[in-house]
Amino acid sequence: MKARTSWDVVCTVDDLVPESGVAVWTEDGPVAVFYLPHRLPALFAISHTDPFTGKNVLARGITGDLKGQPVVASPLYKQHFNLQTGQCLEDEGVNVETYPILLDGNNVRVEIPAANKESVAA
Amino acid sequence: MSKKNLIVIGNGMVGHHFLEQLVATPAAADFDITVFGEEKLLAYDRVHLSEYFSGSTHTDLAMGTADWYAANNIDLRLGEQVTAIDRAKQTITTPMGDYAYDELVLATGSYPFVPPIKGNDHPHCLVYRTLEDLDSIRASSEGVKTGVVVGGGLLGLEAANALKSLGLEAHVVEFAPRLMPVQLDADGGALLKRKIEELGVQVHTEKATTEIVEGEEARLRMNFSDDTHLETDLIVFSAGIRPQDALARSSDLAMGERGGIVVNDQCTTSDPHIHAIGECALWSEKIFGLVAPGYTMARTLASVLNGDQKAAFTGADMSTKLKLLGVDVGSIGDAHGQTQGARNIRFNDEKAGHYRRMVISEDGKKLLGAILVGDNSHYDTLLQYALNGIELPEQPETLILPESQGGAPTLGPDALPETASICSCHNVSKGDICGVIDAGCTDLGSVKAETKASTGCGGCAALLKNVVDSELEKRGVEVSKDICEHFPYSRQDLFNIVKVNGIRTFQTLIRDHGKGHGCDICKPAVASILATCWNEHILATDHVPLQDTNDTFMANMQKNGTYSIVPRIPGGEITPDKLIVLGEVAKEYDLYTKITGGQRVDLFGATLSQLPEIWEKLIAAGFETGHAYGKSLRTVKSCVGNTWCRYGVQDSVGMAITLENRYKGLRAPHKVKMAVSGCTRECAEAQSKDFGVIATENGWNLYVCGNGGMRPRHGDLFATDLSDEELIRTIDRVVMFYVRTADRLQRTSVWMENLEGGLDYLKQVVLEDSLGICDELEQHMADLVGTYQCEWKTAVEDPEKRKRFREFVNAPEKKDPVQEWTTERDQRRPLLEGEPA
Repeated sequence: MKARTSWDVVCTVDDLVPESGVAVWTEDGPVAVFYLPHRLPALFAISHTDPFTGKNVLARGITGDLKGQPVVASPLYKQHFNLQTGQCLEDEGVNVETYPILLDGNNVRVEIPAANKESVAA
Repeated sequence: MSKKNLIVIGNGMVGHHFLEQLVATPAAADFDITVFGEEKLLAYDRVHLSEYFSGSTHTDLAMGTADWYAANNIDLRLGEQVTAIDRAKQTITTPMGDYAYDELVLATGSYPFVPPIKGNDHPHCLVYRTLEDLDSIRASSEGVKTGVVVGGGLLGLEAANALKSLGLEAHVVEFAPRLMPVQLDADGGALLKRKIEELGVQVHTEKATTEIVEGEEARLRMNFSDDTHLETDLIVFSAGIRPQDALARSSDLAMGERGGIVVNDQCTTSDPHIHAIGECALWSEKIFGLVAPGYTMARTLASVLNGDQKAAFTGADMSTKLKLLGVDVGSIGDAHGQTQGARNIRFNDEKAGHYRRMVISEDGKKLLGAILVGDNSHYDTLLQYALNGIELPEQPETLILPESQGGAPTLGPDALPETASICSCHNVSKGDICGVIDAGCTDLGSVKAETKASTGCGGCAALLKNVVDSELEKRGVEVSKDICEHFPYSRQDLFNIVKVNGIRTFQTLIRDHGKGHGCDICKPAVASILATCWNEHILATDHVPLQDTNDTFMANMQKNGTYSIVPRIPGGEITPDKLIVLGEVAKEYDLYTKITGGQRVDLFGATLSQLPEIWEKLIAAGFETGHAYGKSLRTVKSCVGNTWCRYGVQDSVGMAITLENRYKGLRAPHKVKMAVSGCTRECAEAQSKDFGVIATENGWNLYVCGNGGMRPRHGDLFATDLSDEELIRTIDRVVMFYVRTADRLQRTSVWMENLEGGLDYLKQVVLEDSLGICDELEQHMADLVGTYQCEWKTAVEDPEKRKRFREFVNAPEKKDPVQEWTTERDQRRPLLEGEPA
């Protein structure tokens, strides 16, 4: 089992935008946090980096669902990513990092793998 | 086996069609094909010649391209006139030399007949046949007032239309007692005359011109046999055509008594290796002056050369359906009732201006012919009865009576037999259409591409659509207009649902009328509809998540994730002070700066968090958002107008600013561009815009639904000589009708092309208020104009909205680590992928 760090507080509930995303800075780099109040669970965290371009933009995409899967569309070239699995719907071979996320009172916490923490620290 | 030489003389519509047909057969491989054209231009559409004066170019009218000829190994020799045929040696001669042929095709067409009137060789006596003729007419019309067309037939009225669109006071002089004597009877001709005169064209029938002399008030004077006269600045002869048969005559081919190259059913002349098609050919003592029979001859000859021994030309239907100067005219079959025992049914509504006549057989069972003036809506049905010998209903008069008086609905496509001819230009039957649908065509566009139906004169467009729709429906093909998986509706349906139910949020709409949570297709579309209906701020909490990133952050995302900023510069007019502010802001934030095609300034490379700061500065200097990010009005481009320009006739800059300020912020199905030119020199390129305005001496001409970009389209002339108020009212109505009825991401050009009834329908709705909605459209526009706000001003003043522009919500000081820059031509730009820093 992978060693994990504690759950980092990345923002508060007030920072979230319903049905949309915001970007947060973590020790694993930029992460996109989405809040979809009409779903359960309502919080999702995936990498903010668009794997097709390497640019940090995914939090600024439009959210929704396709065939029942919660997705975000990259604002650059419109590929869709499953918010739960990180899988790209248009290209089987591409996926983005996903992170466990939870609400702790007023705080939003994201779990960052320890290995990634170290690599960033190094 | 070596190839045989096939030479085609003449590159007109029929000659071109023949080549298209021939290269589609296996026989094409047996021939080296050479084509000689007297004109320097590639074959073009002569049927729509008058459009040359309303903006169409040779390219628009061209039938094919030089590339097509090259791709099919056809040696195309334009501007090289054939001067002789040596039948014994099987050669032809041009100024460039002799060429040998095995088979020779004459497709030399016809020339305009100029009646032998004294003075007809005056330099301002012209004809109407080629683009070159049209250039001469245009040149002759410069700076003068009046033009006369001699000849009141089909082509003459087309020519009158051309003179009218050049701004001349147009007259038609006809020798016969009525207009279009071949196609119409006395009542029909009289109604047509009245209608055309209402449109400002003077018609003089039963006038024989005796001589043309120098005029006193105009250039020329025409003296008539009844001792009256008419003064005019130019004369266009359009008194019929004569076959262009001089080559054939000098090589001793069999000729008709009054001209024309005699051909048999295989379109072969008295020489078995020489063939003739189109208007130069005389078949069964007849010359056919319409394009459809010419095409039929072309097809027949292509089959003959392909070895089809049964191929035969057996005559052609001369029915015609036209819009002459905007008046519907139709003539079918035996229009004059010359068949023995023929009986007539006539309906003549002088008040509405509708005349319809049916010629039926003695037993009352078959339709032999018909005449329609003023309304062609019965044409398709009547033509099908006549062509296919469909038995008439017991009370045949119901076919031409208005519905309110017991008239029958038009013949549905289901009632047509498989053999029914739908497109006579390309000889496409209903059976052919069913065939390509069975082979996989599932929409109108692919049926047209596959069969060529409706790509000739276009008269069958409505009928074709009905047949295709009905056949698709029969096969259970449902042409889905659903916007996406979340809503079983088209954009237009959604617009009506939102409007009628007063829905103000996406959540309500999807809960009550859709399913799931939405996606990047339906959310921006609904956001646009909500904005059009209620005009709330796009960053209101409910609307934020619906927007594309450009709308969310009110800037245009570029490939490296940064944004560009385009402040509004109405009409492209800017003070030096404001220009300095743009420069200062760009300098402070190191923004790459470029002038756009829409006469404004684009500032590139701002990060998300810089946007509100930059806008604070721009707003303080008096700038507003330019909506470069929205599906909304972009710019109204203008030339400098009569304030400065020596040629300008109106204040184009002033009008452009008025229009830009009126429509700024309006959300539409797609972006909308406008332009205003101060004179006909058209420096603002208005005809390539969604809405183009061109100044005239008397006001403004409005063009609609033009486009530049990937698929350029010239705007259609919509209304002329409008006052300022009329112009704005007309644009209000068209814009709102577009916004309400277009599909998602459909530009006005495509919207127009898909609008059933096209330009005429749009004119009826907007100019004649045929749907009774113009008041509502104007009111809706007034509401939108009244609730305009600069989105950026509202956003920078609201701390909650500004929060949205934080790059990382938990680390305001953090900069995006992946943006890398370099310098080129003294400005900062992003590093390209793989480029060293």
